[in-house]
Amino acid sequence: MCNEVIQVDVIIPTQTKYLDFIGSIGEHIAKDLDDFSGDREALAYHLNLVLTEATTNAIKHAAQMTPKNTVRITIHIQDNELNIKVYDHGQGFDLETVPIPDFDQLKEGGMGLYFIRTLMDSVSYTKQADCNVLEIIKYL
Amino acid sequence: MKLKLEKIKGVSVIFIQEERIDAHNSGELKEYILHLIEQGEVNIIVELERVRFIDSSGLGALLSGYKNAAAKSGKLALACCKQQVLSMFELTRLNRVFEIYADLSEAVENEA
Repeated sequence: MCNEVIQVDVIIPTQTKYLDFIGSIGEHIAKDLDDFSGDREALAYHLNLVLTEATTNAIKHAAQMTPKNTVRITIHIQDNELNIKVYDHGQGFDLETVPIPDFDQLKEGGMGLYFIRTLMDSVSYTKQADCNVLEIIKYL
Repeated sequence: MKLKLEKIKGVSVIFIQEERIDAHNSGELKEYILHLIEQGEVNIIVELERVRFIDSSGLGALLSGYKNAAAKSGKLALACCKQQVLSMFELTRLNRVFEIYADLSEAVENEA
């Protein structure tokens, strides 16, 4: 059981040099969680990875489309649910049409969302009035 | 991307000097490997001992190197992966594509 409440809200410029910073937040959260009985090292890596991949996607989308060059990332943990939201200001995409990688003919791109889907419990992408939100949930 | 190149028994060994390969530095790694292959160095080992984190773009850079080396009848192999880095190759089944060696001397013996 995890009874703590953690809320993190970060805004970064759309630059890949901040990926390490964002990933590290996830790693620290996993390592510092009280009462987590699972594989802490694995969770730390997975949160680092998922935050890195989601932020990379947001940076890529934003870079093409808009002068509003920031990405907002929120992490909320409450009642054993870890919720990550990544807000981008790009054109958006349809999550349902992103294919699962073909492992026999693996290409260089397209693995990021596969990692997010595989390692987390729920993923959704919604278009809002002035931004898009990738919401990722992991039950601890 | 900090890295070091050494030629050992005819094999080009790239020592990655970073703890992290992600979208910030993977493009540079990809270009570096491609440049090496274009110069005719098609037998390559990437030594990953210091790397504790790799993302999809990092895997993509190594896969690009593997494909480009293979296209010139060469090979790109990996050595000294930490367990969690190795698990990324397993998750994407890239462990079936790359030859992954536990230590560098074994890698050089087999790839030379």
